[in-house]
Amino acid sequence: MQFKSRNFDRAETILDICNLSVCLPDQPDIAPVLDGINLTIRAGETACLVGESGSGKSVTSLAVMGLLPKGSLTVSAGEIRLDDTDLLTLSPSDMRKVRARRIAMIFQEPMTALNPVMRVGEQIEEVLTTHEKALSSKVRRGRVLDIMAQVHLPEVERIYGSYPHQLSGGQRQRIMIAMALVLEPKLLIADEPTTALDVTTQGQILSLIAELQERHGTAVLFVTHDMGVVAEIADTVHVMQYGCIVEHAPVERLLRQPQEEYTRKLLSAVPSLVPRPTRPAMLDDNVLEVRNMEKVYAQGGFLVRKAGTLAATGVDLSIARGRTLGIVGESGSGKSTVARCILRLVDPTSGEIRVAGTEIARLSRRALRPHRKHFQIVFQDPFRSLNPRWTVSRSLTEGPVNFGITRRDALSRAGELMELVGLPRDALARYPHQFSGGQRQRIAIARAVAMRPDVLVADEAVSALDVSVQAQVIELLDDIQEKLGIAILFITHDLRVAAQICDDVVVMQRGVVVEYGPAGEVLSQPRHDYTRSLIEAAPGRLWDFANFREIRTA
Amino acid sequence: MFGYIIRRILGVIPVMAIVALVVFLLLRLTPGDPAAILAGDSATAAQLERIRESLGLNDPLHLQFFNWIRQLLQGDLGTSLISNTDVSQMIGRRINPTINLAVMTIIISVLMAVPMGVIAAWRHRSWIDYGVMTFSVLGFSVPVFVIGYIFIQIFAIELRWVPVQGYAHPTQDLMGFFQRAILPSLTLATIYVALIARMTRASMLEVLGEDYIRTARAKGVRENVVLFRHALRNAAVPIMTIIGTGFALLISGVVVTESVFNIPGIGRLTVDAILARDYPVIQAMILLTAGIYVLVNLLIDISYSLIDPRIRY
Amino acid sequence: MADVQQPTSGMQVVLGALSLPKKWRLGIGPIIAVIVLLAIVMAAVFAPLYVPYDPSQMSSTNRLQPSSAEHLFGTDPYGRDLFSRVVTGGQVSLLIGIGSAIVSVLVGLAIGLVSGFFRIADAIIMRVMDSLMAIPAILLAIALVALSGPSITSVIIAITIPEVPRVVRLVRSVVLGAREEPYVEAAIALGSSMPRILWQHLMPNTLSPLIVQGTYICASAILTEAILSFLGAGVSTEIPTWGNIMAEGRTYFQVNPGLIFWPGLMLSLCILSINLLGDTARDILDPRLKKREA
Repeated sequence: MQFKSRNFDRAETILDICNLSVCLPDQPDIAPVLDGINLTIRAGETACLVGESGSGKSVTSLAVMGLLPKGSLTVSAGEIRLDDTDLLTLSPSDMRKVRARRIAMIFQEPMTALNPVMRVGEQIEEVLTTHEKALSSKVRRGRVLDIMAQVHLPEVERIYGSYPHQLSGGQRQRIMIAMALVLEPKLLIADEPTTALDVTTQGQILSLIAELQERHGTAVLFVTHDMGVVAEIADTVHVMQYGCIVEHAPVERLLRQPQEEYTRKLLSAVPSLVPRPTRPAMLDDNVLEVRNMEKVYAQGGFLVRKAGTLAATGVDLSIARGRTLGIVGESGSGKSTVARCILRLVDPTSGEIRVAGTEIARLSRRALRPHRKHFQIVFQDPFRSLNPRWTVSRSLTEGPVNFGITRRDALSRAGELMELVGLPRDALARYPHQFSGGQRQRIAIARAVAMRPDVLVADEAVSALDVSVQAQVIELLDDIQEKLGIAILFITHDLRVAAQICDDVVVMQRGVVVEYGPAGEVLSQPRHDYTRSLIEAAPGRLWDFANFREIRTA
Repeated sequence: MFGYIIRRILGVIPVMAIVALVVFLLLRLTPGDPAAILAGDSATAAQLERIRESLGLNDPLHLQFFNWIRQLLQGDLGTSLISNTDVSQMIGRRINPTINLAVMTIIISVLMAVPMGVIAAWRHRSWIDYGVMTFSVLGFSVPVFVIGYIFIQIFAIELRWVPVQGYAHPTQDLMGFFQRAILPSLTLATIYVALIARMTRASMLEVLGEDYIRTARAKGVRENVVLFRHALRNAAVPIMTIIGTGFALLISGVVVTESVFNIPGIGRLTVDAILARDYPVIQAMILLTAGIYVLVNLLIDISYSLIDPRIRY
Repeated sequence: MADVQQPTSGMQVVLGALSLPKKWRLGIGPIIAVIVLLAIVMAAVFAPLYVPYDPSQMSSTNRLQPSSAEHLFGTDPYGRDLFSRVVTGGQVSLLIGIGSAIVSVLVGLAIGLVSGFFRIADAIIMRVMDSLMAIPAILLAIALVALSGPSITSVIIAITIPEVPRVVRLVRSVVLGAREEPYVEAAIALGSSMPRILWQHLMPNTLSPLIVQGTYICASAILTEAILSFLGAGVSTEIPTWGNIMAEGRTYFQVNPGLIFWPGLMLSLCILSINLLGDTARDILDPRLKKREA
């Protein structure tokens, strides 16, 4: 693993944050959101701000931009120096002049960060019309097209006149970068700029930022939760927790010799890309078999029939009792469609689905209901997968009661389930909003397991969780599988997660299965080009975070 | 796009057919006998029967309905029971004041309400915001005729700036028209302004929380550009929707306002017809206003695509 | 775009924590609204116990008196005591307001649930609702009342018909939105039957918006009743209502502006307080606030 190891001792300081505190106005008893942050960035340096949700990393970046939401957060102490001017003392109109000209920012979600009703070219041009009023419209347009070419957008003339919704996620993020860099600011703040992108696109955007940074000598403050990205791009790393920077160091030192307990914990939780040792296959006792399944989403309305969208085709897979099969792929690969078809939340267009010996693909909704207990699902978003108006006990007993178990029995079983997923029994009387995201996901798992299913489908079930919580939930799933012998179908976009939990892996691309085999083989000796490109794009893939060293290939 | 417009226009047909059916049924199934009204109190049973026969009231209900529809399709809105004149002629004579009043009201309303809503959203939770919200709740709560009488009391009786009531044709006396139309328009505009300002504020508040507004601010764009160039255009679709659906309020308001200010428009015509139980006029008026409402909303729906490029048909 | 939702940023957590206390800071407006509304309701309900005159007792010698110690608000063109009439007039208005709100909400809820759930019924129901919405409410109401005769029931029916489509649309949009929620899909996976999901998971989502909507309907029904009476198509003129007091007084309002002013003031205060309560309810029950709070 090659880390960045440039020396910045003699480079000029661009940004100097001294003792910055941010708090909620008129609520002195609540702990500050930022508590005495110190951070320096020098010309050409990439400083990564890394931490879990709620650690204050986004607040830090917004404070630098002077974009803290009015009325809900205020700076209570400290300085933010940019080239010796304290940004906090500037008037609003002077601060406006600093933005885009000296500091620019790119955001997480390029779809929502661009104005949907303006052409993207005009949005870049607006930076020039705001800050360089003297330019003629011809020169302006020339500069816009030039920066669009620099971020490697194809057919710049055409894209200039496009609206955001007509572009891909990667293209939109390139537009954001072009917008940020058109005035060559000294500091670029990137707030999770690749988090919403697919892994291959992420790789391209990261190398684009690095390329432009090299060319213009820009300092970059890069906010991320992803240690892989940190390993890939950082010069220095600042680890945040509860509004404080707990540790900062050059990237290699931080990853090799983390000093603080929290940093060690954070690194240890990063799942390794090296597949876990294969478990011995049990008897060939397939509880789920999918044969030649296809799903076409119909389009058009009442009068007009258009050709549908092919979401998945020719899908074959099977899982034996007690085994875990992963489906990996990028967005639009059809992996979630497969899951939803197997659950019969949508109806497959053709093919067979056999669960615990029963063919369910063609059953009517009503005829299907008695079979539903054999297969259950855990969804991605822990905040929406439990009915907010129901107590936990009501959620946990809903299914068993549907299948004729008395309320009393269902309730006592719900208590056992809570213990199984590591939550106290007395939490049954509480409502979902009283739990954290990870705890809710445990409840969702308990609800699914309450049905004693043969197959559990986990649809991106750990993707919305912080990395340390993610590790615990994965462990829980493993544990439950061992105790109950459930087969798990694990849908994920994250190869690291797949490597840690799956026995077998299906790789999907544009609705088609491109590779299917034991996880160890597929992830370490991929045969298909697409699988290979996925693995190569995974950031920090050569580093073994949990053991603070390079990956040793056995 | 073109195909979409055609489809939308075709979609108006069933809506209007149902409107016609509902209006017809409601009027026919409620107790009350048009023949009795036409005949007067002193009519004998035989006279009544003759009138009923001549009006086609003895036909089965569905036949009456289809006969009415057939007439409508031929452009015949029927004949008044009271004055025995052609309904379309009656409407033609009275529609100008109403249209002038409505257009003036809409212009005043939009020009007042949209800036009010934008500023209220921009200065969320400030005294301006509370002021606008208070005005908008008041506008909903004070009945339109009370507002009318308050305006008359202040501007016509106390201050004597404008005449109390009446109407002048703009082609004959432009100054007189404005003098007489300004109070009714303001009266009518109150509730409309309240409605639009409220929706503008809500829609702007939502848009101002969007990521692209933060992006625009991060570009160093001035605040008025953020508000009007970035935010307002994104907030426009719900605002236009409310202008369209609020059109129903405007129609109701016209009826009352014309009574208060003694304006010879179709609102007064309708009220008079209803009080006189003049069935053909009532039917025609409800159908006409429903038709205008549907048309206005159709135009607004179609114009969404001009504002928002994501809406493509 | 990857189909992944990432950990919520620190910002969102902070904002979420903030919205909780803020929503209970209601300010003084709603408190005044409650007091005013209670006062009006009590005044109307107990009017027979304390009014100085029989509100329908005419007196040819006492016509159009200005306000005095004997007649607090003066008298109307028939010599009846205006104060007694105005406080009594609230009875009918409030009855019609509350009655229309309850009927509209119940009917709208039933139709909306069916519409949100059965796709085939939905297409037809929504066309009919679109058509009903196109018919101007006031015209329909006056036509109905004028033709079927003045009574409280027919006024309530006349007000309800144009309000129902709005309630249906509201219920339907909530049901359609909630249908996509993972917890509803989870319930499907748990083998719950469709009617059960509809009633236990989806219907409760409509309650908060319906309470808000019901309040607004109540206010607008009182307003519509007043307009109907004003135009001469309301409840029988023998029963005093704010609307018909004003209707009878309109020709004399230059002689005694109180004929319009007092009933108008009561009416406006009543509607204003109900609307303010509706706004407050909406602020408390706003689903977006709820989401952030979660």
